[in-house]
Amino acid sequence: MDKFTVLTAIAAPLPEANIDTDKIIPARFLKTTKRSGLGVHAFDGMRYNPDGSEKPDFVLNQEPYRKAGILITYDNLGCGSSREHAPWALLDFGIRCVIAPSFADIFFNNCFKNGIVPIRLPREICDMLMDDARLGGNGRLTVDLERQVVIRPDGEEIGFEIDPLRKHLLLEGLDDIGQTLQHEGAIGTFETARQQAQPWQTRIVID
Amino acid sequence: MAARTLFDKIWDSHVVERLPDGTAILYIDRHLVHEVTSPQAFEGLRMSGRRLRRPDATIAVVDHNVPTSDRTQPIEEPESRNQIETLERNVREFDVPYFPLLSARQGIVHVVGPEQGISLPGMTIVCGDSHTSTHGALGALAFGIGTSEVEHVMATQTLLQKPARNMKVTVEGPLGPGVTAKDVMLAIIGRIGTAGGTGHVIEFAGSTIRGLDMAGRMTICNMSIEAGARAGLVEPDETTFEYVRGRPFAPKGEAFDQAVAYWKTLVADEGAQYDKTVELRAEDIGPSLTWGTSPETVISVTGTVPDPKDQADEARRVQMQRMLDYMGLEAGQKIAGVPVDVVFIGSCTNSRIEDLRSAASVIAGRHVAEGVRAMVVPGSGIVKAQAEEEGLDRIFRDAGFEWREAGCSMCLGMNPDKLTPGQRCASTSNRNFEGRQGPGGRTHLLSPAMAAAAAVTGHLTDVRELI
Ligand code: SF4
Repeated sequence: MDKFTVLTAIAAPLPEANIDTDKIIPARFLKTTKRSGLGVHAFDGMRYNPDGSEKPDFVLNQEPYRKAGILITYDNLGCGSSREHAPWALLDFGIRCVIAPSFADIFFNNCFKNGIVPIRLPREICDMLMDDARLGGNGRLTVDLERQVVIRPDGEEIGFEIDPLRKHLLLEGLDDIGQTLQHEGAIGTFETARQQAQPWQTRIVID
Repeated sequence: MAARTLFDKIWDSHVVERLPDGTAILYIDRHLVHEVTSPQAFEGLRMSGRRLRRPDATIAVVDHNVPTSDRTQPIEEPESRNQIETLERNVREFDVPYFPLLSARQGIVHVVGPEQGISLPGMTIVCGDSHTSTHGALGALAFGIGTSEVEHVMATQTLLQKPARNMKVTVEGPLGPGVTAKDVMLAIIGRIGTAGGTGHVIEFAGSTIRGLDMAGRMTICNMSIEAGARAGLVEPDETTFEYVRGRPFAPKGEAFDQAVAYWKTLVADEGAQYDKTVELRAEDIGPSLTWGTSPETVISVTGTVPDPKDQADEARRVQMQRMLDYMGLEAGQKIAGVPVDVVFIGSCTNSRIEDLRSAASVIAGRHVAEGVRAMVVPGSGIVKAQAEEEGLDRIFRDAGFEWREAGCSMCLGMNPDKLTPGQRCASTSNRNFEGRQGPGGRTHLLSPAMAAAAAVTGHLTDVRELI
């Protein structure tokens, strides 16, 4: 997982509540064998016409938001199923940070597992940040995770809360696996002791 | 040390380290892999440059997507073919032991594991599939995991887990004629509901459970997940040891004896505390089935479809009415006699040789009713071969059943075996959700013997009338 320290990026305003995981990535794309490559299908129903052409009104079809790295929405972002395909699709599109007044639980956790920073900020602040975002390339936002602030184009800083352990993992670029691998020594010791104590634990080998 | 449950003992023996917030790094002995939930995990390993820590503790099979008809033909559905081909590339790249489609040992992952002696008592066993609970029948702690966790196990051979709560379900007494493990489990789910086991690992105990063969115990543990539990467990005993003895990957000779000595310690201590206990008497359990679209909608085959009006709770009334409409049933209707279109004998719940014998004993000398499509899908190539050696395939074929290749088949609508809208199916599988066996399909969960009875009469039938 890539480290997350300071992100300065174009932010896309999507002023809607209850954007569910089906909207983020429709079920028909789940038969995929990849985690990457879902970006083109992110927000498929909102983004494309049935004939596959782009809906010009949709923010992510407009310049400069095609290169957005931050997404700002209203309440309950990511409600619906537990599919990890939702954060995978956002990440593949290029989104590394989502800002909303509230999030659905599982989606919130799945974001961290995939290196996306979900930031909860009050609705008025989200409105303000959306106004900044509407300035496009002139309205880039900066997210400084270490200092836990979002920096507006005019330099004003807005603080946010984040779980200390999650913050640590993001700053170090550690996913759960990376964190567990810090205990690799203990795992190896346990494994060896177990194989010695229980030699009947057979190995699976197929000739 | 305080008296421990069986779950406590297996858990404790697998904790590598306890993290400050109470999460354990839990060592995993066996990782079962199939084509649907593994591709992104393999890709994750590749992208992060990580290795698969223990290929020799991992086994891969294809089951969910595979056709159960002629296997010599290429797989038609491109996305299914792609998932299978992707698995084959991944197992080559990461050196994972694999039973390919044309191997005699291929089959449903939860049939293959125990059958090959890959799943053993006292182990921790995981798979990216919720019915991993099946393997708990051996006295192993076995549970389903998500794709991120699949990758976590591949890379670290561990999982980050918080301990579950303990629940004990005791069933006492002899089973009546025509009553099987499936009926016992349906009765348990009917009693505690689909959330009855949430957050718990259920230990199944009592003389009825001890009297079951391994296939029966697997049926019970398989559906622990339908009761909301994280896993199901049965204490290993002589029945377990005899089952394991001689299986391809089971320990042999002296190692086997050492293993048995250890496995005998895997019993709940006297006085072990459970957060929840439930007791049932076998004499109260008759042949049963589900009438609705939730596994807890269990009634006796002699019963009638319940009336939503009798429900005090408004939301529940609405939900029941919706189920009745979907299932095409009327409140108060006798469930026996409802005509079926399809009979499916298979799935990781009921596709073992014992299940096929049970169904065949009802079918022998009889014929599938006019207009009914009946199919048997053995759980593995080994089960299929064994059944053919015993002549069961002849009994099924002569009666008009389709005799198919091993796989998940009509348990879920992901491969060519599907119900069409409105079709009613007597099914030995484990889930009866809307559309589970195909869009608009109507599922009644029941035992292999009850499925056989429905096949020959053409309607839901009390199997006791045929034995
Ligand atoms: S048989 Fe059904 S429940 Fe079992 S693993 Fe296959 S799809 Fe899942």
